[in-house]
Amino acid sequence: MSYASFIAAAYIVTLIVLLALVAWVVLDGRRLRRQLANLEERGIRRRSANRESGA
Amino acid sequence: MIVLTRGSGSRCRRDVGPLQPAHMGIASLANPGRFLAVAGRLLPWLWGATIVLLAVGLYLAFFVAPPDYQQGDTVRIMFIHVPSAWLSMAGYAVMAIAAIGTLVWRHPLADVTQKAAAPIGAAFTLVTLLTGSIWGRPMWGTWWEWDGRLTSELVLLLIYFAIIALWQAIEDPGRAARAVSILTLVGTINLPIIKFSVDWWSTLHQPASVIRLGGPTIHSSLLVPLLVMAVAMTLLYAALLLMAMRNEILRRRVRTLELTAAGARP
Repeated sequence: MSYASFIAAAYIVTLIVLLALVAWVVLDGRRLRRQLANLEERGIRRRSANRESGA
Repeated sequence: MIVLTRGSGSRCRRDVGPLQPAHMGIASLANPGRFLAVAGRLLPWLWGATIVLLAVGLYLAFFVAPPDYQQGDTVRIMFIHVPSAWLSMAGYAVMAIAAIGTLVWRHPLADVTQKAAAPIGAAFTLVTLLTGSIWGRPMWGTWWEWDGRLTSELVLLLIYFAIIALWQAIEDPGRAARAVSILTLVGTINLPIIKFSVDWWSTLHQPASVIRLGGPTIHSSLLVPLLVMAVAMTLLYAALLLMAMRNEILRRRVRTLELTAAGARP
């Protein structure tokens, strides 16, 4: 293997790990927002949200 | 103005003085809702700065930095390996400081920070080990060596995994935070071992060439791209940490609401 292939391998491995990390954080956030929206649709709200709405 | 209600039911008013708003501003970030709002405003700027600096850093790394007189072109691996190594340790230090915040002050966001920082720090530690191994093959003739620096960095990765596992093992976030805080603080001993391993033992890994008492020993043509990449990756770390903290706050809200819903069922 030439040096270029080692350099490319290092950058590709870094890109894969960091992209996986970014994807995990982004997708986790979207899933949690969906869950919160589902709970609110079912009428389950936080006590502070109920206080603000005067409930 | 602050309206205070005393136990007897009487009320008094107290105007907030000029010194208090700043203090209240810092303390108010401990409020998860306020933190979410601030994080939401900060994140676009953090991502913008990260992308710009990464672009500049990668350009410098590939088109400006000369080959090293010993390493040749493999020095370009250092522009991701070294910042990742710094962040692997700095990320652990973030968790350790947050652990103190959890145990001593019971700061509302301390355990959120601890939990959010663990996977991010583990990822940068993994990048450090992988890029170091890839660099080591042509330079040292081996993918791995059980020397002090490499072994202690591997131990750091295992400690990160243990911390993540412990978070998952205890369902209640408050109880988990206390157990994880103790494990985190015990594991902090590994940080000086990583840093000084190249001085204490006869290691294959070279001694420090940037963060050292006599100042950096590498030429500016290599130091500048390295520092630009380090700042870029630090901003990336900060952006991911804020997003992960935001997720953790939302996760706890979901948990609370699901428990409330379960308790409300007959």
